[in-house]
Amino acid sequence: MPDVNRGNRPLSPHLSIYRPQITSISSILTRITGNALLISALLVVWWLLAAATSPSYFAVADGVLTSVFGKLVLVLSLWGLCYHLLAGLRHLYWDNGGSMEIGWAEKLGWACVIGSVVLTVLCLLIIGGMS
Amino acid sequence: MAYMTDRKRAEGMGSAKEGTHHHWWMMVSSAGLAVLTPFFLFTFAPMLGKPHAEVLAYFAQPFPAIIAALMIVATFLHFKNGVQALIEDYVHGTARKITLIATTCLSYAAAATGLFAIARMAL
Repeated sequence: MPDVNRGNRPLSPHLSIYRPQITSISSILTRITGNALLISALLVVWWLLAAATSPSYFAVADGVLTSVFGKLVLVLSLWGLCYHLLAGLRHLYWDNGGSMEIGWAEKLGWACVIGSVVLTVLCLLIIGGMS
Repeated sequence: MAYMTDRKRAEGMGSAKEGTHHHWWMMVSSAGLAVLTPFFLFTFAPMLGKPHAEVLAYFAQPFPAIIAALMIVATFLHFKNGVQALIEDYVHGTARKITLIATTCLSYAAAATGLFAIARMAL
C-alpha cells in the first residue's frame, strides 16, 4: 500500500491561516456582490410589478424604495453592481489570457475596488442630474 | 477486473463534452450585461420616486421598455448560472439538489414577473 498513514498526516493549511490578499479579497467580493444583487434585482422587479398593477400599489413599492432605508439599500446595490461589473470585465480579460502575472493581478484587484467606488459616485451624480 | 486493459478501464469515463458550456454561457451573459447595465441604470434609476402616470408613460416607450426587458432576462439567467457555482461549492447532497431547483425556479419566476410588468406598461 503506498499511503497507509491517511489519518493523521499533515493537511494543507486552509483559509484561516492565510493573510488576506487583494487577489483573494477581490475574488470573494465578486461572489458576494453577484449573489447579493439578487435582493436588488427582486426589488426592481417588485417596483415594476407595482407600477404595472395600480397607483396605490406603486405608492407602496415606490415609498419603500425611496425611503431612507430603501435608498441605503439601492446605493449599496449600485456599488455592488459597479464592483461586480468591473470584476466581471477583469474575468473576461483574464479569460483571454491577459495580465495573469501576480503584480498585474494585484493592480487589477485594486482597480476593481477603487474603480467601483469612483464609478458609484459618478453614477449617482449622473442619475441625480437626470432626475 | 484485474485482466482489463487500461483502455477498457478508461472507456466511457471521459468528459461529457459539455464541460465548457457553463463557463461560455457566463462569458456571453456577462458581456451582454456589461453593455446593458449602463443603459438600464440611466433609464430605470431616474424613474424612482416619479409620479405613477409619468412612470407608465415612460415605460410605454420602446427604448426603456426593451432595455428593461433585456436586462431582466439577462440578469436572472446570469444569476441562475452564477448562483449554481456558489451552491455547488458550499452545499452538498440532497440539499444541493433542492437549493439548485429552488434558485432555478426563483430565477425564471422573477424574470417572468418582470417581463409581465414591462409588457403591461408597454402595451
